[in-house]
Amino acid sequence: MPLIDLANPTRFLALTARLLPWLAAATALAFATGLYLVWFKAPDDYQHGAVVKIMFVHVPNAWLAMGAWTVMTIASIGTLVWRHPLADVAAKSAAPLGAAFTFLALLTGSLWGRPMWGTYWVWDARLTSVLVLFLMYLGVIALWRTVDDPARAGRAAAILTLVGAVNLPIIKFSVDWWNTLHQPASVLRLGGPAIHPAILTPLLVMGLAFLLLFVTLHLAVMRNEILRRRVRTMWLMQAQEA
Amino acid sequence: MDLGPHAAFIIASYVAAGLVVIGLIVWVLADHDAQRRLIKDLEARGIKRRSGPVPP
Repeated sequence: MPLIDLANPTRFLALTARLLPWLAAATALAFATGLYLVWFKAPDDYQHGAVVKIMFVHVPNAWLAMGAWTVMTIASIGTLVWRHPLADVAAKSAAPLGAAFTFLALLTGSLWGRPMWGTYWVWDARLTSVLVLFLMYLGVIALWRTVDDPARAGRAAAILTLVGAVNLPIIKFSVDWWNTLHQPASVLRLGGPAIHPAILTPLLVMGLAFLLLFVTLHLAVMRNEILRRRVRTMWLMQAQEA
Repeated sequence: MDLGPHAAFIIASYVAAGLVVIGLIVWVLADHDAQRRLIKDLEARGIKRRSGPVPP
């Protein structure tokens, strides 16, 4: 099937109905493997001790916090430039998932920070820019709920999303540009990862598990959004007939 | 398994992540059921989409 066929919501529904059970199974398998490696194989860190186990949920959620906004940014370009029929569906569907993953990144970061830094929170560049990302997710979700017409809401949310994308490089490079309690990049960096393979492998498996979870949930939320728009169309037809 | 003196922080992180993930899954499934029910209800009242019924 050519990729362009996915532009048709009916074909998208049919394809994802076949795909989702496999994706859900792959997600469950990846989580089972990842959690086994984290709890039974990964050693304690020589500085952080057992608290390093928080990293295996914190880092994948932080990656997805930025990843979901990146998906929304690409989808927003699709909305504004090509008016792809599924682009604003994809953008709208990624927002609540991104908000949830950002919330988890902030929460687990605080729970990691308290025993390691002696505080739950500092107003440094990394933590503050991620908090701004979380607030932007809430803003986009609120905007979608404010405007009734999906097409108008999609264009307004797309502009807001593109403006918010400026925050992504700020988050990524905040640990290099400013003094911060947060450690610098240790996986996605020039020169390769700075983490021992015994800890890096479980981290990457957990990262894959959370990525599969995001893809699975994103497709499922997109299906729900397509159905919601069909309900809206049917209500409008009913209103016209009345 | 000895989680050391900060066990509560580790457990709280995993419990929070588990609750949020389960919450997302429940929300997605409940929303899917709700939209399906609405479409069935509207179709039962004779409202049909021009492009035909919704696939699975």
